[in-house]
Amino acid sequence: MIVYVLCFALFLVGTYGVIVKRDLVKIILSMGIQGYAVNLMIVLFGYRNGAIYPILAKGKDPVMMVDPLPQALVLTSIVIELGTTALIVALAIKIFEKYHTFDITKIRRLSG
Amino acid sequence: MILPYYIIIPLLSAFLITLIAGKKDYWAIILSFIAVSALLILSVFSFITMKDETVTYAMSNWPAPIGIILVQDALTSFTLVMVSIISLTSIIYSVQYIRHLSMDWKYYAIFMLLVTGMNGVIVTGDIFNMFVFLEISLFSAFALVAYGGRAEEFEAAFKYTVMGSVSSVMILMGVAILYSATSNLNMAKIAEVLPAVDDKVKFWVGGLFIAGFGLKAAIIPFHTWLPDAHSSAPAPISSMLSGVLIKALGIYAIIRIFFNVFDAPQIFLNIFLVLGTISIIIGVILAVGQWDMKRLLAYHSISQIGYILLGIGIATPLGILGAVFHLFNHALFKSLLFYNAGSVEMALGTRDLRKMGNLMKILPITSQTSLIASLSISGIPPFNGFFSKLVIIIAALQAGLPWYAVFAVIGSLLTLASFMKVQRYGFKGETVVDSVTNKIGWRMNTAMITLAVLCVITSLLIVPGIKEVTLDPVVKVITDRTQYIHLVLGGM
Amino acid sequence: MQPNEGMTVIVKTITRISVWIILLYGIYIVFHGHLSPGGGFGGGVIIALAFLNVMLAYGRKFTNNWLNISFLQDVEASSALMFVVLGILGISLGGSFLANFIYKGKLFDLISSGTILPLNIIIGIKVGMSLFLVVWALAATNPEKGD
Repeated sequence: MIVYVLCFALFLVGTYGVIVKRDLVKIILSMGIQGYAVNLMIVLFGYRNGAIYPILAKGKDPVMMVDPLPQALVLTSIVIELGTTALIVALAIKIFEKYHTFDITKIRRLSG
Repeated sequence: MILPYYIIIPLLSAFLITLIAGKKDYWAIILSFIAVSALLILSVFSFITMKDETVTYAMSNWPAPIGIILVQDALTSFTLVMVSIISLTSIIYSVQYIRHLSMDWKYYAIFMLLVTGMNGVIVTGDIFNMFVFLEISLFSAFALVAYGGRAEEFEAAFKYTVMGSVSSVMILMGVAILYSATSNLNMAKIAEVLPAVDDKVKFWVGGLFIAGFGLKAAIIPFHTWLPDAHSSAPAPISSMLSGVLIKALGIYAIIRIFFNVFDAPQIFLNIFLVLGTISIIIGVILAVGQWDMKRLLAYHSISQIGYILLGIGIATPLGILGAVFHLFNHALFKSLLFYNAGSVEMALGTRDLRKMGNLMKILPITSQTSLIASLSISGIPPFNGFFSKLVIIIAALQAGLPWYAVFAVIGSLLTLASFMKVQRYGFKGETVVDSVTNKIGWRMNTAMITLAVLCVITSLLIVPGIKEVTLDPVVKVITDRTQYIHLVLGGM
Repeated sequence: MQPNEGMTVIVKTITRISVWIILLYGIYIVFHGHLSPGGGFGGGVIIALAFLNVMLAYGRKFTNNWLNISFLQDVEASSALMFVVLGILGISLGGSFLANFIYKGKLFDLISSGTILPLNIIIGIKVGMSLFLVVWALAATNPEKGD
């Protein structure tokens, strides 16, 4: 139970970074921390008491293994977040070329 | 079985465009046009011949609770027809508009991936598969908003990307908690085992889903990305985003999850009523004071989504009928309004309403279709907006909620006021503009005339003979939950 | 030191030896995807890192002469196309999209479990080429000159 509370605390640290920080690169890093927290929580949901890793090899029987479905979900989620990070880093480079600053309080041409 | 072809056809054409159309750009246009026309023919054919049944398809031969299944019932074929019509007119319109920016095959490839993602969200029956297709279509939308290359587009795309990622992470957390409570991912199977789950878990997951999908559907207070993103994008992308993306990703997912999986507990319906009414009023008030034409249209999108949410929150069959009908109508007239704004911008080079005037002489087709669209969105008979808003207001009065009907009428009056402002300043104003920078070709005119004709025709969908064929099966699928479970799991 | 020249002699020598070992390790993880963890995505990232090592150590101009970038773009697009074609073959031969229609073999063999091995190879090639080309395109911009 304490493990899930710690995962949620890590998620709150990432959310604090996205909301409060003023530098573009720090916002991107905080989005990464949010993603790591949710992935960790999904893997921990699959744990069974006293079980081993879910790989079938010669001589082991599949009775007491942890749930492998959350691990497949986490693999998909990591790939999606990799794509998002690549896209948003490319956008940040283009913003720096046009505005010559990384500070979001100065990138405010659209308002109203 | 034609269900997997809704995903295969746009995916195959996206990769074929990337491989073939390196040097010669017209291959990209031909391939994308063929793909979207095939999708339109398939979806209209399946909508007409399907009547009342639910068809399922098991991917990779794994049966229902273990594998991923695709489900088609009346709601999916209705939404698929809407997506196909708007995509086809968008491709026809963007042939000339993108040449005015910088003609490139990459635009068509990413556009096809956007259509793939939306079709995938609509046909799937598995909740994590819905998340994956949601992400595919969101990536394409992020990339297409920044396509023009000006400074404001990058800033708007960055805001949209950050807020979209935060909401996607919240949806993923909701899916994970739902999996740990019910231990399977199939939507019909979750609906079957859900009464055994604790109530607190249901409220937690429902709150996360409202926050996540509400940001995709641009409900107040999650709406702040929409004015920047929809006003800075190129015109055919604005009409795709505002016409189908916020509805196929936001409202369709909310209907599927809250009505077919969760059985619509009363506390969520109250939240929908309050959020919908606030969206109507605040969206229209913020829109009246705008002088930028596309920003005004983007704020009106927030207000019209509020009408749909109000109809869903009432939850009687008449209210859901009004909401579904307004979904279809809003796609038609909002896309037409964005096409008009795009052609005005391409002809004059500016979007400011104070600098335009007297456009009836130079752009005749644009001004006439814009008149039809403005009358539709304000709710003037005999166009289609009048009928759908009337059904929602009557449903609110019949369910014993008179104050919500009053707010809906106030919103409609303010909508009429702001569109009279657009017509007066933009199309009949004093400053005389007599030279056109770029001429509007026949393709853009064709797209606009098609949508204007459809605006008039779809008001016939409420006539009692046609209503039983087209709209009533959709309402029955949404309100009858046990039928969904039985047909999906029992038919395997 | 100009940004296109690369790094010092020690780094260049070690890279010349270790790039091939990293590439072999990535191919090993891709091929054993159905027997041990890793599979298409993890192996693809390692293949991309092998090429990126060359780009970091030797500079962009040398890598442009050594590799054929337009050929890599064609390989990436056609491998994505092969994935969908294998799925469509599943419809005609197996009954559903992406069905497992190749002979499945014995347990724990290298050539076993049907279509999982060709799909792993296709995903490995696609992910490797994609990551390398994305970082290549990001490194082409030059913020001081306003490219």
